[in-house]
Amino acid sequence: MSDRVKSPPSPMAPPRSFRWSRRIFLTLLTGFVLLPVYVMVSSSLKPLQDVSGKFRWLPSGLTIRPYIDIWSTVPLAHYFTNSLVVAGAATVCSVVIAVFAAYAVSRYSFRGKRVFTVTVLSTQMFPGILFLLPLFLIYVNIGNATGIALFGSRGGLILTYLTFSLPFSIWMLIGYFDSVPRDLDEAALVDGCGPLGALFRVVVPAAVPGIVAVAVYAFMTAWGEVLFASVMTNDTTRTLAVGLQGYSTLNDVYWNQIMAASLVVSVPVVAGFLLLQRYLVAGLTAGTVK
Amino acid sequence: MTATTRRAGPQALPERSPGPARPRRTGRIRRIGLPYLLLLPALLLELLVHLVPMVIGIAMSFKELTQFSIRDWGSAPWSGTDNYRLSVDFHGAVGEALLHSFLVTVVFTVLSVGLCWLIGTSAALYMQDTFRGRGLLRAVFLVPYALPVYAAVITWAFMFQHDNGLVNHVLHDQLHLTGKPSFWLIGDNSFYALLTVSVWKGWPFAFLVVVAGLQNIPTELYEAAALDGAGRWQQIRRITLPSLRPVNQVLVLVLFLWTFNDFNTPYVLFGKSAPEAADLISLHIYQSSFVTWNFGTGSAMSVLLLLFLLVVTGCYLLLTSRGRRTTDV
Repeated sequence: MSDRVKSPPSPMAPPRSFRWSRRIFLTLLTGFVLLPVYVMVSSSLKPLQDVSGKFRWLPSGLTIRPYIDIWSTVPLAHYFTNSLVVAGAATVCSVVIAVFAAYAVSRYSFRGKRVFTVTVLSTQMFPGILFLLPLFLIYVNIGNATGIALFGSRGGLILTYLTFSLPFSIWMLIGYFDSVPRDLDEAALVDGCGPLGALFRVVVPAAVPGIVAVAVYAFMTAWGEVLFASVMTNDTTRTLAVGLQGYSTLNDVYWNQIMAASLVVSVPVVAGFLLLQRYLVAGLTAGTVK
Repeated sequence: MTATTRRAGPQALPERSPGPARPRRTGRIRRIGLPYLLLLPALLLELLVHLVPMVIGIAMSFKELTQFSIRDWGSAPWSGTDNYRLSVDFHGAVGEALLHSFLVTVVFTVLSVGLCWLIGTSAALYMQDTFRGRGLLRAVFLVPYALPVYAAVITWAFMFQHDNGLVNHVLHDQLHLTGKPSFWLIGDNSFYALLTVSVWKGWPFAFLVVVAGLQNIPTELYEAAALDGAGRWQQIRRITLPSLRPVNQVLVLVLFLWTFNDFNTPYVLFGKSAPEAADLISLHIYQSSFVTWNFGTGSAMSVLLLLFLLVVTGCYLLLTSRGRRTTDV
C-alpha cells in the first residue's frame, strides 16, 4: 500500500544525468535567445560613437537620446499608425471571417466541405512571390475599373494580410469549435436562438481562448510582413516593416536609433504575445489533435 | 366573437397548413445555404488574393513580359514554353543561377528545419517537469517567435557587421579565433549567418507545437513504463517520441514550407540582392522579376517552385502516412 503511494513521484523524478544535461542545454539556449535582445536593449541606450566604433558590451555612457531622435529621423509615428491601422483591421476582419467559416465546417455537413478545407490550407504552401506580381496587377486593374484604390492604400494591404492569417485561423478554430460540445448550441437552438444566435451566444463565448489565440496570430502576421509591404505601399501608407530601413543613410547608419526603433515597434507585439501565449498553446493543442 | 373564432379555427387549419410548411422549407434552404453563406467571405477573399492571382501567374509564365508590356499584360505576346526553357537551361546563365539558388535553398532548408526541430523538441522535453523559473524560461524562449521579423533580423544584421558587430568582436578581438575580422553578410560566410538567424527565429515555433503535443500524451503511459523499470531516457525514446509522430508530421511539413519560401529573413538581412552563398529561391525570383524586370521568366520560376513544393508535400504525406499506418497495425 505504502509502495503505491510512494511510487508515482520517485520514478518521475529525473535522474542526475538528465538534470545536468538539462541545466547545460537550457543555459546555452537562453544565452543564444537573449543575445540579440541584449544587443538591442543595450545599443538603444548608447551614444552614436559607441555603435559606430568597435562593439562594446557595456555602453560608455547611458543616454535616452536615441529614443527621442527616432521620431524625427524618420516619420516613425506615422509608420506606427499605419501599421496599427493595417494590422488591427486585418486582425478584426480575419477573426470574424474565420469564426464564420470554422463554424460552418465544424457544425454542418455540406457538399464540398473537404475541398474547401484542403484548398484553404494548401494556399499556405504557395510561395508569396508567385502571386505578388499578379495581385499587384489585379489591384491596379480594380483601381482603374472601379476607382477603389487598393494598390498603395491601406485597404489593399489589409485585404492581403487578412487572407494570410485566414487559413491557419480557420484550421485552428475548427479544432476549437469541435471541442465545444454540440449539446450546448443545440440547446440554444431549441430555446429559439437562430444558428447565428447559437454561434455568438454559445459557441464563441466557449471558444474565447481559441479566438484570442487566432487574433494574436493574425496581428503578428500582419505586423511583421515585409515582402508585400515593400511593394504595395507608398510614402503615405508605408508601414514599420519598410519604414525601419530609413535609418541608414549614405553617410551614417544610426544603429543606436535602429535598435531603439526596433525595440519600440516590438514592445506591443511581444508584450501582447507573452500575456496571451497560454491561449496560443491551448489553441495549438486543440488544432493539432483534430 | 369567441365562438366564431373557435369555429373558424379548425376550418382555417387546412388553409394554414402550408403556412408552417413554408417556413420549414425556407428553413431547409437556409440550413443548406447557411454553411455556404458562412464560408462565402473566406472563399471570396481566398479567391481574390490567392487563387486568381495564382492562375494569372501561371498564365503570365507563358508570356513575354517586360516593364513595357506589363501595364497591358493581357495583350503581351505568348511565348510558349520559352520562359521555362530559359529557366531550366542549366548551361545558360539564368538557368545556372536558378539551379544554384535552388540547391542553396535545399541545403539551407534541410539544415534549418533539422536544427529547429531538434532544439525545439529538446527544449520541450527538458521543460516537461516543473522546476523553478520554468514559466519565465518559457516566456523567454517565445521572444524570438513574438518579435517582428524585421526588428529581429535587423538586430542580427547589426551583430554581423564587419567593423562594429558583436560577432567579430567576440570571435576576433576577444577569443582570437580568426586571423582578421570576417565578413558575415557578404561572401561564403553569409550562408552561416542566414542559417543562424533562421534557426534563432524558427525553433520557438517547433517548441510551441511540441509543448502542445506533449500535453496530449496520457500520463498513465509514463507511469506504466516507470513501473516496468524504464528510465527517463528510455521513456523519451519509447513513449514520448513515438507519441509525437502525428504532431511531428505536421510540424516538419509546416517548417519545411515556411523555410523554403522564406523571403523576409534574407531580404532584411542582405537587402535586395543576396550574396551567392545565401541566395534563397524567393529572393532570387524576386530579384529576377523586379530588379531585372523579367516578369515572364520570374513567373515561370515561381510556377516551377510551386510544382516542386507540391510534389515534395505529396510524397511526404504519402510516405509518412503509410509509415504511420503500418506501425499502427
